[in-house]
Amino acid sequence: MKLITAVVKPHQLDSVKEALQAFGVHGLTVTEASGYGRQRGHTEVYRGAEYTVDLVPKIRIEVVVADDDAEEVIEVLVKAARTGKIGDGKVWSVPVETVVRVRTGERGPDAL
Amino acid sequence: MPDGFSAGDTAFVLISAALVMLMTPGLAFFYGGMVRVKSTLNMLVMSFISLAIVSVLWVLYGYTLSFGTDAFHGLIGNLDHLGMRGIGLNDLSGSIPVTAFAAFQLMFAVITPALISGAIADRAKFAAWSLFIALWVTIVYFPVAHWVFFFDGGHGGWLGDRQGVIDFAGGTAVHINAGVAGLALCLVLGKRVGFKKDPMRPHSLPLVMLGSGLLWFGWFGFNAGSALAANGVAGMAFMNTQVATAAATLGWLACEKLRHGAFTSLGAASGAVAGLVAITPACGSVSMLGAVAIGLIAGAVCAAAVSLKYRFGFDDSLDVVGVHAVGGAVGSLLIGFFATGHVGQTAQGLFYGGGWGQLGKQAMGVAVVAVYSFVISWLLGQAIQKTIGFRVTEDVEVAGIDQAEHAESAYDFSAVGASLSRALSTPTLVSAAADKAHKTEVDA
Repeated sequence: MKLITAVVKPHQLDSVKEALQAFGVHGLTVTEASGYGRQRGHTEVYRGAEYTVDLVPKIRIEVVVADDDAEEVIEVLVKAARTGKIGDGKVWSVPVETVVRVRTGERGPDAL
Repeated sequence: MPDGFSAGDTAFVLISAALVMLMTPGLAFFYGGMVRVKSTLNMLVMSFISLAIVSVLWVLYGYTLSFGTDAFHGLIGNLDHLGMRGIGLNDLSGSIPVTAFAAFQLMFAVITPALISGAIADRAKFAAWSLFIALWVTIVYFPVAHWVFFFDGGHGGWLGDRQGVIDFAGGTAVHINAGVAGLALCLVLGKRVGFKKDPMRPHSLPLVMLGSGLLWFGWFGFNAGSALAANGVAGMAFMNTQVATAAATLGWLACEKLRHGAFTSLGAASGAVAGLVAITPACGSVSMLGAVAIGLIAGAVCAAAVSLKYRFGFDDSLDVVGVHAVGGAVGSLLIGFFATGHVGQTAQGLFYGGGWGQLGKQAMGVAVVAVYSFVISWLLGQAIQKTIGFRVTEDVEVAGIDQAEHAESAYDFSAVGASLSRALSTPTLVSAAADKAHKTEVDA
């Protein structure tokens, strides 16, 4: 199994979610995150004091899939998250040793 | 009721008193939104506690020190009304009962020390601040209110009644007084940890907007109510308050757009308050066009003045000096130019053929109140700092003053992480048991 993590623009969450559902991914975890890559932050002004806000709001999506599905899921995800503008984010995957469904105790791909 | 009583005036002044009361919680929101999450509650309750402390002191001795018959050359009232004794239901002040007048003036005494709190956000011990309020209103506000607001046919307060300094609703006694005291206190307490280095963005601009809206609303009581009668002067003061505030909002926003490229909501809220401050002394003596001019000038000047703290390195955290001291001085001095002589007062300013006389008086009033407030506030601050300590420790400040001083958090964003550690139904038994358990632990 593979854990696929995507850090993408908050706006793209819905299209990513729909694309993954259409592909047949049953569950995912979403976290609000902040960060920056090549895209940098913006400037805010409060009573004349200017602040550089480096960290930009992002959404972190995590999904665990069977090995065979991993490449295709990544492709679907990237396509759904892309706007073509700077700051679209990153997607990566790492191997997962085991997965347990808490309710039933099922293990491995059956637990996905 | 005796001859001269007016039910209309009385109703108006009582309602105005309630409006002014609302300004203190309004101010709490205005300031509370501007601090970081970790000190929100402290900021709110620093204003709120003024309602509690000053109201009690007012009936004990505050009213008589401010508005008792003059005891010494217009400097202080006598003690005839200690504990409000000798004030009957039928006693009148002008056309309203003395009780209504005392209620109205009390609300001014409440908000003035609350204004100071913004200068020392995030870092003052709550007990020390409470003590400061009690001492400051006693030694600074009550006498200065006597100087400025007590009229007794030429035998009243020395600035207002005897010297002819015009301060309709408190540009000197309230705003310069509090603004300069804020400067003194932020010098005594020192800068916040991370001043000019760490981000200190306002945590909730909607709270700031709410607060400025409540202040604007309450200010009609403050200014129009200061006519102490439901008459034309009150109507004029009401309109002047509205248009000066509007103009100051525009003035501040224009300055900000030129200097920083954006119209900010904090700028709109701050500009409104700067306009309210500046028109406070002047609303009973200028025309509506004069009020527009005063507002525009105050908005622009205060927008520039809030940067002074970065240049000179004093941490007036929420710009009490830049808005209240500067705005109060602008409004008080501009009376010397814009007083028409046809509104509530006969004195005329430079632009209306009155010469330099009134401007000189205004400058004297501004300087006297500023110097007196600065010196006494600085001494009181030092005395508290040297005895019980005024400032919290650095650890507490960094972790957030709300937890250390109030044992609360402003916002519960997550249900995770807190568990009830002591049952509420039988506090004495449980705490005794807890003490015992603690002792056993120590013994072991």
